[in-house]
Amino acid sequence: MDFTLMASSLPKLLGAAIVTLKLLSLSLFFGIFIGLLFAILRLSKNSLVSKFAYGYSYIFRGTPLLVQIFIIYYGLGQIEYFRTTFLWVIFKEPYWCAIIAFALNTGAYTSEILRSAFQTIKPGIIEAGKSLGISNKIIFYKIQIPVAIRQSLPAYGNEIILMMKGTSLASTVTLMDITGVAKHIVSTTYKPLEVFLMAGGIYLFMTFIIHNLIKYLEKKYSFQ
Amino acid sequence: MELLSFGKTGWGDELFYATLMTIAVSITAMLIGFFFALIFTPLKLSNNKFLNFIANSYTTVIRGVPELLVIYLFFFGGSGAIMYVASIFGYFEYIEINAFITGSVAIGIISGAYSTEVFRGAIQSIDKGQFEAAKVLGIKKHIQFFKIIMPQMLRLAIPNLSNVWQITLKDTSLISVTGLVEIMRQSYIAAGSTRDPLLFYSFAAVLYLMLTFLSMKIINRLEVKYSRGF
Repeated sequence: MDFTLMASSLPKLLGAAIVTLKLLSLSLFFGIFIGLLFAILRLSKNSLVSKFAYGYSYIFRGTPLLVQIFIIYYGLGQIEYFRTTFLWVIFKEPYWCAIIAFALNTGAYTSEILRSAFQTIKPGIIEAGKSLGISNKIIFYKIQIPVAIRQSLPAYGNEIILMMKGTSLASTVTLMDITGVAKHIVSTTYKPLEVFLMAGGIYLFMTFIIHNLIKYLEKKYSFQ
Repeated sequence: MELLSFGKTGWGDELFYATLMTIAVSITAMLIGFFFALIFTPLKLSNNKFLNFIANSYTTVIRGVPELLVIYLFFFGGSGAIMYVASIFGYFEYIEINAFITGSVAIGIISGAYSTEVFRGAIQSIDKGQFEAAKVLGIKKHIQFFKIIMPQMLRLAIPNLSNVWQITLKDTSLISVTGLVEIMRQSYIAAGSTRDPLLFYSFAAVLYLMLTFLSMKIINRLEVKYSRGF
Protein backbone atom coordinates (compact mmCIF):
# COMPACT_ATOMS: atom_id res chain seq x y z
CA MET A 1 0.00 0.00 0.00
CA ASP A 2 1.30 3.40 -1.02
CA PHE A 3 -0.01 5.70 1.70
CA THR A 4 1.67 8.86 0.38
CA LEU A 5 -0.17 8.41 -2.92
CA MET A 6 -3.43 7.90 -1.04
CA ALA A 7 -2.83 11.12 0.88
CA SER A 8 -1.80 13.10 -2.19
CA SER A 9 -4.76 11.92 -4.27
CA LEU A 10 -7.29 12.88 -1.58
CA PRO A 11 -7.46 16.62 -2.38
CA LYS A 12 -7.92 15.90 -6.10
CA LEU A 13 -10.66 13.39 -5.40
CA LEU A 14 -12.39 15.75 -2.97
CA GLY A 15 -12.30 18.47 -5.62
CA ALA A 16 -13.94 16.03 -8.01
CA ALA A 17 -16.54 15.24 -5.36
CA ILE A 18 -17.91 18.73 -5.98
CA VAL A 19 -18.50 17.83 -9.63
CA THR A 20 -20.27 14.64 -8.52
CA LEU A 21 -22.46 16.57 -6.08
CA LYS A 22 -23.32 19.16 -8.74
CA LEU A 23 -24.28 16.44 -11.21
CA LEU A 24 -26.35 14.72 -8.53
CA SER A 25 -28.20 17.79 -7.26
CA LEU A 26 -29.04 19.15 -10.72
CA SER A 27 -30.27 15.74 -11.94
CA LEU A 28 -32.39 15.26 -8.83
CA PHE A 29 -33.81 18.78 -9.16
CA PHE A 30 -34.96 18.23 -12.76
CA GLY A 31 -35.80 14.59 -12.01
CA ILE A 32 -38.36 15.51 -9.34
CA PHE A 33 -40.32 17.67 -11.77
CA ILE A 34 -40.19 14.99 -14.47
CA GLY A 35 -41.20 12.39 -11.91
CA LEU A 36 -44.12 14.43 -10.59
CA LEU A 37 -45.33 15.19 -14.11
CA PHE A 38 -45.24 11.55 -15.19
CA ALA A 39 -46.79 10.33 -11.93
CA ILE A 40 -49.75 12.65 -12.58
CA LEU A 41 -49.98 11.57 -16.23
CA ARG A 42 -49.83 7.94 -15.15
CA LEU A 43 -52.82 8.38 -12.83
CA SER A 44 -54.80 10.16 -15.55
CA LYS A 45 -58.18 8.69 -16.48
CA ASN A 46 -57.29 8.95 -20.16
CA SER A 47 -55.79 5.55 -20.92
CA LEU A 48 -53.64 6.88 -23.77
CA VAL A 49 -51.98 9.44 -21.50
CA SER A 50 -51.46 6.90 -18.76
CA LYS A 51 -50.04 4.37 -21.23
CA PHE A 52 -47.62 6.99 -22.53
CA ALA A 53 -46.38 7.64 -18.99
CA TYR A 54 -46.06 3.91 -18.38
CA GLY A 55 -44.06 3.49 -21.59
CA TYR A 56 -41.71 6.27 -20.56
CA SER A 57 -40.98 4.71 -17.21
CA TYR A 58 -40.75 1.20 -18.71
CA ILE A 59 -38.15 2.24 -21.26
CA PHE A 60 -36.00 4.23 -18.86
CA ARG A 61 -36.15 1.59 -16.13
CA GLY A 62 -35.63 -1.31 -18.52
CA THR A 63 -32.43 -0.10 -20.16
CA PRO A 64 -29.02 0.57 -18.60
CA LEU A 65 -28.18 4.16 -17.75
CA LEU A 66 -25.01 3.82 -19.84
CA VAL A 67 -27.07 3.26 -23.01
CA GLN A 68 -29.18 6.31 -22.22
CA ILE A 69 -26.12 8.55 -21.80
CA PHE A 70 -24.56 7.23 -25.00
CA ILE A 71 -27.73 7.77 -27.01
CA ILE A 72 -28.01 11.35 -25.79
CA TYR A 73 -24.32 12.23 -26.00
CA TYR A 74 -23.17 10.35 -29.13
CA GLY A 75 -26.49 9.65 -30.82
CA LEU A 76 -28.34 12.96 -30.90
CA GLY A 77 -25.38 14.87 -32.32
CA GLN A 78 -25.66 12.74 -35.40
CA ILE A 79 -28.95 14.28 -36.52
CA GLU A 80 -28.05 17.13 -38.90
CA TYR A 81 -31.20 19.13 -38.29
CA PHE A 82 -30.77 18.90 -34.53
CA ARG A 83 -27.38 20.58 -34.73
CA THR A 84 -28.87 23.67 -36.30
CA THR A 85 -31.39 24.27 -33.52
CA PHE A 86 -30.71 26.28 -30.37
CA LEU A 87 -30.84 23.03 -28.37
CA TRP A 88 -27.44 22.13 -29.77
CA VAL A 89 -25.83 24.66 -27.41
CA ILE A 90 -26.92 22.40 -24.54
CA PHE A 91 -26.47 19.02 -26.20
CA LYS A 92 -22.92 19.57 -27.38
CA GLU A 93 -21.74 19.78 -23.76
CA PRO A 94 -21.06 16.39 -22.14
CA TYR A 95 -21.93 17.97 -18.80
CA TRP A 96 -25.50 18.79 -19.82
CA CYS A 97 -25.93 15.56 -21.74
CA ALA A 98 -25.04 13.64 -18.58
CA ILE A 99 -27.46 15.71 -16.51
CA ILE A 100 -30.27 15.26 -19.05
CA ALA A 101 -29.73 11.50 -19.12
CA PHE A 102 -29.58 11.29 -15.32
CA ALA A 103 -32.66 13.50 -14.90
CA LEU A 104 -34.71 11.47 -17.38
CA ASN A 105 -33.59 8.26 -15.69
CA THR A 106 -34.23 9.34 -12.11
CA GLY A 107 -37.47 10.96 -13.30
CA ALA A 108 -38.73 7.55 -14.40
CA TYR A 109 -37.96 5.95 -11.05
CA THR A 110 -39.33 8.96 -9.15
CA SER A 111 -42.58 8.79 -11.10
CA GLU A 112 -43.02 5.16 -9.99
CA ILE A 113 -42.29 6.06 -6.37
CA LEU A 114 -44.72 9.01 -6.40
CA ARG A 115 -47.40 7.06 -8.26
CA SER A 116 -47.45 4.32 -5.66
CA ALA A 117 -47.43 6.97 -2.94
CA PHE A 118 -50.47 8.71 -4.49
CA GLN A 119 -52.25 5.39 -4.83
CA THR A 120 -51.69 4.41 -1.21
CA ILE A 121 -53.08 7.66 0.22
CA LYS A 122 -56.08 6.67 2.29
CA PRO A 123 -59.28 7.82 0.50
CA GLY A 124 -60.56 9.02 3.87
CA ILE A 125 -58.08 11.89 3.85
CA ILE A 126 -59.37 13.19 0.53
CA GLU A 127 -63.00 12.64 1.54
CA ALA A 128 -62.38 14.56 4.76
CA GLY A 129 -61.01 17.43 2.69
CA LYS A 130 -64.01 17.34 0.37
CA SER A 131 -66.53 17.30 3.19
CA LEU A 132 -64.81 20.36 4.65
CA GLY A 133 -65.56 22.08 1.36
CA ILE A 134 -61.93 22.42 0.28
CA SER A 135 -61.55 22.74 -3.49
CA ASN A 136 -60.05 19.87 -5.49
CA LYS A 137 -57.02 21.94 -6.44
CA ILE A 138 -56.16 22.78 -2.86
CA ILE A 139 -56.79 19.19 -1.77
CA PHE A 140 -54.23 18.14 -4.37
CA TYR A 141 -51.57 20.70 -3.51
CA LYS A 142 -52.03 20.94 0.25
CA ILE A 143 -53.12 17.42 1.17
CA GLN A 144 -52.26 14.84 -1.50
CA ILE A 145 -48.79 16.11 -2.44
CA PRO A 146 -47.44 16.55 1.12
CA VAL A 147 -48.79 13.15 2.21
CA ALA A 148 -47.39 11.51 -0.93
CA ILE A 149 -43.99 13.09 -0.36
CA ARG A 150 -43.88 11.85 3.22
CA GLN A 151 -44.98 8.40 2.09
CA SER A 152 -42.28 8.20 -0.56
CA LEU A 153 -39.35 9.48 1.51
CA PRO A 154 -37.75 6.08 2.29
CA ALA A 155 -37.97 4.90 -1.33
CA TYR A 156 -36.80 8.27 -2.60
CA GLY A 157 -33.81 8.11 -0.25
CA ASN A 158 -32.78 4.87 -1.94
CA GLU A 159 -33.24 6.51 -5.31
CA ILE A 160 -30.93 9.40 -4.32
CA ILE A 161 -28.23 6.90 -3.36
CA LEU A 162 -28.73 4.94 -6.61
CA MET A 163 -28.49 8.19 -8.57
CA MET A 164 -25.34 9.21 -6.74
CA LYS A 165 -23.78 5.91 -7.78
CA GLY A 166 -25.12 6.49 -11.29
CA THR A 167 -23.26 9.80 -11.62
CA SER A 168 -20.05 7.77 -11.83
CA LEU A 169 -21.08 6.99 -15.42
CA ALA A 170 -20.47 10.64 -16.28
CA SER A 171 -16.80 9.66 -16.41
CA THR A 172 -17.54 7.64 -19.57
CA VAL A 173 -18.40 10.85 -21.43
CA THR A 174 -15.15 12.57 -20.41
CA LEU A 175 -16.43 14.33 -17.29
CA MET A 176 -14.04 14.57 -14.36
CA ASP A 177 -16.17 13.44 -11.44
CA ILE A 178 -14.74 11.29 -8.62
CA THR A 179 -14.54 8.17 -10.81
CA GLY A 180 -13.11 10.13 -13.74
CA VAL A 181 -10.37 11.71 -11.64
CA ALA A 182 -9.60 8.39 -9.93
CA LYS A 183 -9.20 6.70 -13.29
CA HIS A 184 -6.98 9.52 -14.49
CA ILE A 185 -4.72 9.23 -11.43
CA VAL A 186 -4.53 5.45 -11.92
CA SER A 187 -3.52 5.88 -15.55
CA THR A 188 -0.50 7.96 -14.51
CA THR A 189 0.54 6.12 -11.34
CA TYR A 190 -0.47 2.50 -12.08
CA LYS A 191 -1.66 2.07 -8.50
CA PRO A 192 -5.32 1.07 -8.95
CA LEU A 193 -5.92 -0.38 -5.49
CA GLU A 194 -4.96 2.71 -3.47
CA VAL A 195 -6.74 5.27 -5.62
CA PHE A 196 -9.97 3.34 -6.23
CA LEU A 197 -10.22 2.49 -2.53
CA MET A 198 -9.89 6.19 -1.70
CA ALA A 199 -12.56 7.07 -4.27
CA GLY A 200 -14.79 4.31 -2.91
CA GLY A 201 -14.33 5.72 0.59
CA ILE A 202 -15.54 9.14 -0.52
CA TYR A 203 -18.61 7.64 -2.21
CA LEU A 204 -19.33 5.59 0.89
CA PHE A 205 -19.09 8.67 3.07
CA MET A 206 -21.56 10.48 0.79
CA THR A 207 -23.94 7.50 0.93
CA PHE A 208 -23.69 7.59 4.72
CA ILE A 209 -24.57 11.31 4.86
CA ILE A 210 -27.52 10.96 2.47
CA HIS A 211 -28.81 7.92 4.34
CA ASN A 212 -28.79 9.75 7.67
CA LEU A 213 -30.29 12.90 6.19
CA ILE A 214 -33.25 10.93 4.87
CA LYS A 215 -33.64 9.14 8.20
CA TYR A 216 -33.71 12.52 9.94
CA LEU A 217 -36.33 13.86 7.51
CA GLU A 218 -38.43 10.72 7.94
CA LYS A 219 -38.44 11.24 11.69
CA LYS A 220 -39.16 14.93 11.41
CA TYR A 221 -42.14 14.47 9.08
CA SER A 222 -43.52 11.28 10.60
CA PHE A 223 -47.22 11.19 11.30
CA GLN A 224 -46.80 10.23 14.93
CA MET B 1 -31.57 -1.29 -41.74
CA GLU B 2 -28.90 -2.91 -43.89
CA LEU B 3 -26.44 -2.19 -41.11
CA LEU B 4 -28.40 -4.46 -38.79
CA SER B 5 -28.61 -7.37 -41.24
CA PHE B 6 -26.85 -10.68 -40.69
CA GLY B 7 -23.79 -11.56 -42.73
CA LYS B 8 -20.64 -9.78 -43.79
CA THR B 9 -22.10 -6.35 -44.45
CA GLY B 10 -24.32 -6.06 -41.39
CA TRP B 11 -23.79 -6.11 -37.67
CA GLY B 12 -26.78 -8.33 -36.91
CA ASP B 13 -24.85 -11.53 -36.24
CA GLU B 14 -22.24 -9.70 -34.13
CA LEU B 15 -24.98 -8.11 -32.06
CA PHE B 16 -26.70 -11.47 -31.72
CA TYR B 17 -23.58 -13.07 -30.24
CA ALA B 18 -23.06 -9.99 -28.06
CA THR B 19 -26.58 -10.49 -26.68
CA LEU B 20 -25.75 -14.10 -25.87
CA MET B 21 -22.63 -12.83 -24.09
CA THR B 22 -24.71 -10.39 -22.04
CA ILE B 23 -27.04 -13.22 -21.04
CA ALA B 24 -24.08 -15.47 -20.17
CA VAL B 25 -22.42 -12.81 -18.02
CA SER B 26 -25.70 -11.96 -16.28
CA ILE B 27 -26.45 -15.58 -15.41
CA THR B 28 -22.89 -16.25 -14.24
CA ALA B 29 -22.91 -13.09 -12.15
CA MET B 30 -26.31 -13.94 -10.66
CA LEU B 31 -25.06 -17.43 -9.68
CA ILE B 32 -21.87 -15.99 -8.17
CA GLY B 33 -24.16 -13.57 -6.32
CA PHE B 34 -26.22 -16.49 -4.96
CA PHE B 35 -23.00 -18.10 -3.79
CA PHE B 36 -22.07 -14.93 -1.89
CA ALA B 37 -25.60 -14.66 -0.52
CA LEU B 38 -25.36 -18.25 0.68
CA ILE B 39 -22.30 -17.29 2.73
CA PHE B 40 -23.42 -13.90 3.99
CA THR B 41 -27.12 -14.46 4.75
CA PRO B 42 -26.39 -16.87 7.65
CA LEU B 43 -23.78 -14.39 8.93
CA LYS B 44 -26.39 -11.63 8.88
CA LEU B 45 -28.89 -13.75 10.79
CA SER B 46 -26.37 -15.11 13.28
CA ASN B 47 -26.35 -13.99 16.91
CA ASN B 48 -22.62 -13.38 16.84
CA LYS B 49 -21.96 -9.62 16.69
CA PHE B 50 -18.65 -10.01 14.87
CA LEU B 51 -20.17 -12.16 12.10
CA ASN B 52 -23.01 -9.64 11.81
CA PHE B 53 -20.47 -6.88 11.42
CA ILE B 54 -18.67 -8.68 8.58
CA ALA B 55 -21.89 -9.32 6.68
CA ASN B 56 -23.20 -5.79 7.23
CA SER B 57 -19.91 -4.28 6.05
CA TYR B 58 -20.12 -6.31 2.85
CA THR B 59 -23.66 -5.25 1.98
CA THR B 60 -23.23 -1.63 3.08
CA VAL B 61 -19.96 -1.05 1.23
CA ILE B 62 -21.09 -2.70 -1.99
CA ARG B 63 -24.42 -0.93 -2.03
CA GLY B 64 -22.81 2.42 -1.22
CA VAL B 65 -20.12 2.47 -3.90
CA PRO B 66 -20.73 2.92 -7.65
CA GLU B 67 -20.77 -0.31 -9.66
CA LEU B 68 -18.39 1.22 -12.19
CA LEU B 69 -15.79 1.79 -9.48
CA VAL B 70 -16.05 -1.84 -8.31
CA ILE B 71 -15.54 -2.99 -11.89
CA TYR B 72 -12.52 -0.69 -12.36
CA LEU B 73 -11.07 -1.95 -9.08
CA PHE B 74 -11.40 -5.56 -10.19
CA PHE B 75 -10.26 -4.97 -13.73
CA PHE B 76 -7.22 -2.84 -12.98
CA GLY B 77 -6.47 -4.18 -9.51
CA GLY B 78 -7.47 -7.81 -9.98
CA SER B 79 -4.49 -9.10 -11.94
CA GLY B 80 -2.10 -7.18 -9.66
CA ALA B 81 -3.64 -8.78 -6.59
CA ILE B 82 -3.50 -12.26 -8.11
CA MET B 83 0.09 -11.76 -9.21
CA TYR B 84 0.95 -10.70 -5.66
CA VAL B 85 -0.60 -13.88 -4.24
CA ALA B 86 1.15 -15.95 -6.92
CA SER B 87 4.50 -14.33 -6.07
CA ILE B 88 4.14 -15.60 -2.50
CA PHE B 89 3.97 -19.09 -3.94
CA GLY B 90 7.00 -18.44 -6.12
CA TYR B 91 5.32 -17.67 -9.46
CA PHE B 92 6.57 -14.45 -11.02
CA GLU B 93 5.21 -14.53 -14.59
CA TYR B 94 2.63 -12.00 -15.76
CA ILE B 95 -0.91 -13.22 -15.19
CA GLU B 96 -3.78 -11.75 -17.12
CA ILE B 97 -7.28 -12.66 -16.03
CA ASN B 98 -9.98 -13.17 -18.57
CA ALA B 99 -12.38 -10.22 -18.95
CA PHE B 100 -15.38 -12.56 -18.71
CA ILE B 101 -14.24 -13.89 -15.33
CA THR B 102 -13.30 -10.48 -13.88
CA GLY B 103 -16.54 -8.96 -15.09
CA SER B 104 -18.73 -11.77 -13.82
CA VAL B 105 -17.03 -11.81 -10.43
CA ALA B 106 -17.27 -8.02 -10.07
CA ILE B 107 -20.97 -7.95 -11.01
CA GLY B 108 -21.53 -11.13 -8.99
CA ILE B 109 -20.20 -9.52 -5.82
CA ILE B 110 -22.52 -6.54 -6.38
CA SER B 111 -25.51 -8.75 -7.14
CA GLY B 112 -24.63 -10.89 -4.09
CA ALA B 113 -25.01 -7.91 -1.77
CA TYR B 114 -28.55 -7.31 -3.05
CA SER B 115 -29.42 -11.03 -2.95
CA THR B 116 -28.18 -11.26 0.64
CA GLU B 117 -30.60 -8.53 1.67
CA VAL B 118 -33.45 -10.24 -0.18
CA PHE B 119 -32.81 -13.65 1.44
CA ARG B 120 -32.40 -12.09 4.87
CA GLY B 121 -35.72 -10.32 4.54
CA ALA B 122 -37.45 -13.45 3.24
CA ILE B 123 -36.15 -15.72 6.03
CA GLN B 124 -36.98 -13.15 8.68
CA SER B 125 -40.56 -12.90 7.51
CA ILE B 126 -41.16 -16.64 7.87
CA ASP B 127 -43.25 -17.37 10.96
CA LYS B 128 -41.09 -18.41 13.91
CA GLY B 129 -43.52 -21.26 14.62
CA GLN B 130 -42.26 -22.99 11.48
CA PHE B 131 -38.74 -23.28 12.91
CA GLU B 132 -40.07 -24.38 16.29
CA ALA B 133 -42.45 -26.93 14.81
CA ALA B 134 -39.63 -28.47 12.79
CA LYS B 135 -37.49 -28.64 15.92
CA VAL B 136 -40.26 -30.27 17.97
CA LEU B 137 -40.79 -32.88 15.27
CA GLY B 138 -37.09 -33.71 15.53
CA ILE B 139 -36.34 -32.82 11.90
CA LYS B 140 -32.64 -32.54 11.15
CA LYS B 141 -31.26 -29.05 10.58
CA HIS B 142 -30.42 -29.41 6.89
CA ILE B 143 -33.71 -31.12 6.05
CA GLN B 144 -35.50 -28.37 7.95
CA PHE B 145 -33.73 -25.80 5.78
CA PHE B 146 -34.24 -27.50 2.40
CA LYS B 147 -37.75 -28.90 2.89
CA ILE B 148 -39.43 -26.37 5.16
CA ILE B 149 -37.69 -23.03 5.17
CA MET B 150 -36.44 -22.86 1.59
CA PRO B 151 -39.78 -23.44 -0.21
CA GLN B 152 -41.45 -20.75 1.88
CA MET B 153 -38.50 -18.42 1.56
CA LEU B 154 -38.38 -18.72 -2.24
CA ARG B 155 -42.02 -17.70 -2.53
CA LEU B 156 -41.28 -14.51 -0.61
CA ALA B 157 -37.93 -13.91 -2.27
CA ILE B 158 -38.79 -14.36 -5.96
CA PRO B 159 -40.43 -10.96 -6.57
CA ASN B 160 -37.43 -9.19 -5.02
CA LEU B 161 -34.95 -11.49 -6.73
CA SER B 162 -36.48 -10.48 -10.03
CA ASN B 163 -35.47 -6.90 -9.18
CA VAL B 164 -31.95 -8.09 -8.40
CA TRP B 165 -31.89 -9.90 -11.76
CA GLN B 166 -32.90 -6.69 -13.56
CA ILE B 167 -30.21 -4.71 -11.74
CA THR B 168 -27.62 -7.38 -12.58
CA LEU B 169 -28.65 -7.49 -16.22
CA LYS B 170 -28.33 -3.74 -16.55
CA ASP B 171 -25.04 -3.65 -14.62
CA THR B 172 -23.44 -5.97 -17.18
CA SER B 173 -23.47 -3.03 -19.61
CA LEU B 174 -20.71 -1.53 -17.44
CA ILE B 175 -18.39 -4.45 -18.19
CA SER B 176 -18.03 -2.97 -21.67
CA VAL B 177 -15.35 -0.68 -20.18
CA THR B 178 -13.14 -3.74 -19.72
CA GLY B 179 -13.39 -4.66 -23.40
CA LEU B 180 -15.60 -7.73 -23.05
CA VAL B 181 -17.72 -7.84 -26.20
CA GLU B 182 -21.28 -7.76 -24.87
CA ILE B 183 -24.16 -5.66 -26.24
CA MET B 184 -22.74 -2.29 -25.18
CA ARG B 185 -19.20 -2.97 -26.38
CA GLN B 186 -20.39 -4.37 -29.70
CA SER B 187 -22.61 -1.33 -30.25
CA TYR B 188 -19.66 0.91 -29.42
CA ILE B 189 -17.49 -0.87 -31.99
CA ALA B 190 -20.26 -0.80 -34.62
CA ALA B 191 -21.06 2.85 -33.90
CA GLY B 192 -17.39 3.72 -34.24
CA SER B 193 -16.85 2.02 -37.57
CA THR B 194 -20.12 3.03 -39.23
CA ARG B 195 -20.41 6.50 -37.64
CA ASP B 196 -24.00 5.76 -36.82
CA PRO B 197 -24.13 5.86 -33.00
CA LEU B 198 -27.83 6.76 -32.85
CA LEU B 199 -28.89 3.60 -34.66
CA PHE B 200 -26.65 1.22 -32.74
CA TYR B 201 -27.16 2.61 -29.24
CA SER B 202 -30.93 2.74 -29.82
CA PHE B 203 -30.77 -0.85 -31.02
CA ALA B 204 -28.78 -1.75 -27.88
CA ALA B 205 -31.55 -0.17 -25.81
CA VAL B 206 -34.12 -2.28 -27.67
CA LEU B 207 -32.07 -5.43 -27.01
CA TYR B 208 -31.92 -4.66 -23.28
CA LEU B 209 -35.66 -3.96 -23.24
CA MET B 210 -36.28 -7.30 -24.93
CA LEU B 211 -34.12 -9.08 -22.36
CA THR B 212 -35.88 -7.43 -19.41
CA PHE B 213 -39.29 -8.10 -20.97
CA LEU B 214 -38.55 -11.78 -21.62
CA SER B 215 -37.02 -12.35 -18.22
CA MET B 216 -40.04 -10.79 -16.53
CA LYS B 217 -42.28 -13.26 -18.39
CA ILE B 218 -40.18 -16.20 -17.17
CA ILE B 219 -39.98 -14.91 -13.61
CA ASN B 220 -43.74 -14.36 -13.46
CA ARG B 221 -44.17 -18.04 -14.29
CA LEU B 222 -41.80 -19.02 -11.48
CA GLU B 223 -43.74 -16.77 -9.15
CA VAL B 224 -46.98 -18.55 -9.98
CA LYS B 225 -45.28 -21.92 -9.51
CA TYR B 226 -43.87 -21.12 -6.08
CA SER B 227 -46.97 -19.44 -4.71
CA ARG B 228 -49.13 -22.54 -5.23
CA GLY B 229 -51.30 -23.13 -2.22
CA PHE B 230 -51.22 -19.56 -0.97
